[in-house]
Amino acid sequence: MTGLPLIALVGNPNAGKSALFNALTGARQKLGNYPGVTVERKAGRLSLSDGRPIELVDLPGTYSLSPTSPDEQVTRDVILGRQQGERLPDALVVVVDASNLDNHLRFALELIGLGLPTVVALNMVDLATRDGLELDAAVLSRELGVPVISTVAVRKRGLDHLRAELESLLDGSGGMVRASAEQRDFDGLRREARRIARAAIVRETPSRRLTAAVDRVALHPVAGLILLLALLFVMFQAVYAWSEAPIAMIEGVFEAASNAVAAELPDGLLRSFLVDGVLNGVGSVVVFLPQILILFFFILMLEATGYMVRAAFLMDGLMARVGLSGRAFIPLLSSFACAVPGIMATRTIADPKDRLTTILIAPLMTCSARLPVYAVIIGAFIPARTVALGIGLQGLVLFCLYISGIAGAMLAALVLRRTVTKGASGGFLMEMPKYQWPRPQDILLGLWQRAVIFLKRAGTIIFTSTVILWLLLSFPKAPDNGGISQVNYSVAGRIANGLNLVLEPIGFNRDISLALIPAMAAREVAVSALATVYSLDSKEDEAKLERSLGERLKDHWPLPTALAFLAWFVFAPQCISTIAVTRRETNGWKWPLFMIGYLFVLAYAAAGLTYWTATALGLG
Amino acid sequence: MRLTDLPLRQPAYVDLIDWNALSASDGQRLREFGLCEGASVEALHHGGLLGRGPIACKVGRMTIAMRRNHAAAITVRTGPQDEAA
Repeated sequence: MTGLPLIALVGNPNAGKSALFNALTGARQKLGNYPGVTVERKAGRLSLSDGRPIELVDLPGTYSLSPTSPDEQVTRDVILGRQQGERLPDALVVVVDASNLDNHLRFALELIGLGLPTVVALNMVDLATRDGLELDAAVLSRELGVPVISTVAVRKRGLDHLRAELESLLDGSGGMVRASAEQRDFDGLRREARRIARAAIVRETPSRRLTAAVDRVALHPVAGLILLLALLFVMFQAVYAWSEAPIAMIEGVFEAASNAVAAELPDGLLRSFLVDGVLNGVGSVVVFLPQILILFFFILMLEATGYMVRAAFLMDGLMARVGLSGRAFIPLLSSFACAVPGIMATRTIADPKDRLTTILIAPLMTCSARLPVYAVIIGAFIPARTVALGIGLQGLVLFCLYISGIAGAMLAALVLRRTVTKGASGGFLMEMPKYQWPRPQDILLGLWQRAVIFLKRAGTIIFTSTVILWLLLSFPKAPDNGGISQVNYSVAGRIANGLNLVLEPIGFNRDISLALIPAMAAREVAVSALATVYSLDSKEDEAKLERSLGERLKDHWPLPTALAFLAWFVFAPQCISTIAVTRRETNGWKWPLFMIGYLFVLAYAAAGLTYWTATALGLG
Repeated sequence: MRLTDLPLRQPAYVDLIDWNALSASDGQRLREFGLCEGASVEALHHGGLLGRGPIACKVGRMTIAMRRNHAAAITVRTGPQDEAA
């Protein structure tokens, strides 16, 4: 490891620790507002005023040194020098929320008692002032026996002061153990914390608290639920409404590129590879970047403002009914963006069976990778008309798909909790952070990271699967005069024709079977795969090249097939990353295999029921 | 009265907590949230349409959410605070 001095950032959840970490190191990280967003080791470099580098590690937020979850255990073990792969920190920065001193000081006292060189960052003093609270940092410092620095991490206030204090702490720390290094029991610490907090409060004017006012609506059993549903509904409408212009732009770029390649290169393998394989395949996925970013924008905002925990509160009654912990709601909501961070976020759930159930149903939350699939099918088959005041039919269908995923997940949890993960339900105990307006930079940063991840996927997994599929589709070459289509003659076509025996009863055609194979790598590959199939199949009619994938699908698929395809993707476990992270988080293959099994069964049943119902209704 | 029966937005104090009714880890978490005999508590919101959801309450300066089975283990008392805690 590096020989740099190590400083650990430690404190209660919601003390603004991650924001302080970002402000100090300039590290590019996600900023959340609910307990549990900091799970993995986060480290960054920080230069002292004399240019000396030190390493700063951001430890998971915890309420005490008696852990109740795996990530809290990491915090305790690092601070006690017991964590494997981490050296004992040379100093601690204890972050406390200025407006919650009684509580946060208890943990601060516990930490100071360990005897490590310590500085306390009295964070979010601006929010305390907003709530009419005035504090004296000098009194606090005298009572605690360690330096106390007032900071506002999100405004970068107090950071130079903190850096200077760290510098003198490291210089003077040689073997020094604080005199106050005595251990007290929990109640003793609590009483002491309360006494010190009272001493440090200069003035407390009862003021109208923003959070309490907003919560009167946001947590109201009726109004709050309406607000939550309205927020989700606006989110899904925005995914369509705001994305039209940027999508048209991206489509234009890829079309121009295809035309340029077609004009420059003679008809042949290379041109087919570039136009049908690369540009058509990758382009058909990249085009969904605007929609994915809009979705992430909403999720990042809900997290950063502190609303996410309120949503969990509103939904807990429902979660309890299916035997889940209310805490599961946050990982599940994150899974709307992507199941991988969602499954990792389940580490904050203490009860093992609660956690396992949450992991198993997380892939049922409609992740952003499904969006390209939904978007292309909805765009092709669902007319873009308004059903009621400002409500588009397409957005409505998308909303229903999300609801189907949620309903499926609740049903799955209900069954799982009574069978494979039987046991008493865990509780719902959460702190509700104050509302906070996020910094635009943090939201933009989050969006930028998502865009990079998505484009990297498009450039690697999606590109590779698309190219392999193009190869399998292009060879062997069908005889020119045989009257047999290239797709049917190719290797991929032959595999798909075999697979189609199983999938035909639920209304899938050969092209869908073909697209589902590479889509095991990632869901959105289904779109690029279909684009490649129909691009190759339209050779004989050059004019068709100008047509969008949606238009081509409309020619080839009856409506019940399209609907069955949508239903399939609500449930199917088509994502290698999710399976890999499930294996890692459950320490073995047993649960990921179980997950794949039950989700495929659900997908098959849902697609079948949709197809048969739609056919019976005469929609074909 | 129990915390579940405390009318909304009526300041009260914790009289007694039946720690035996709580699991060890839930009890610890409640303590860490500042819940103890003598702590000021105020019920803010009842979640759930049918009154079966969790309860949001203010404990000291913190707002926390807990389920009704936890709240039922907490006996509260309205009236002047006794400073013993």
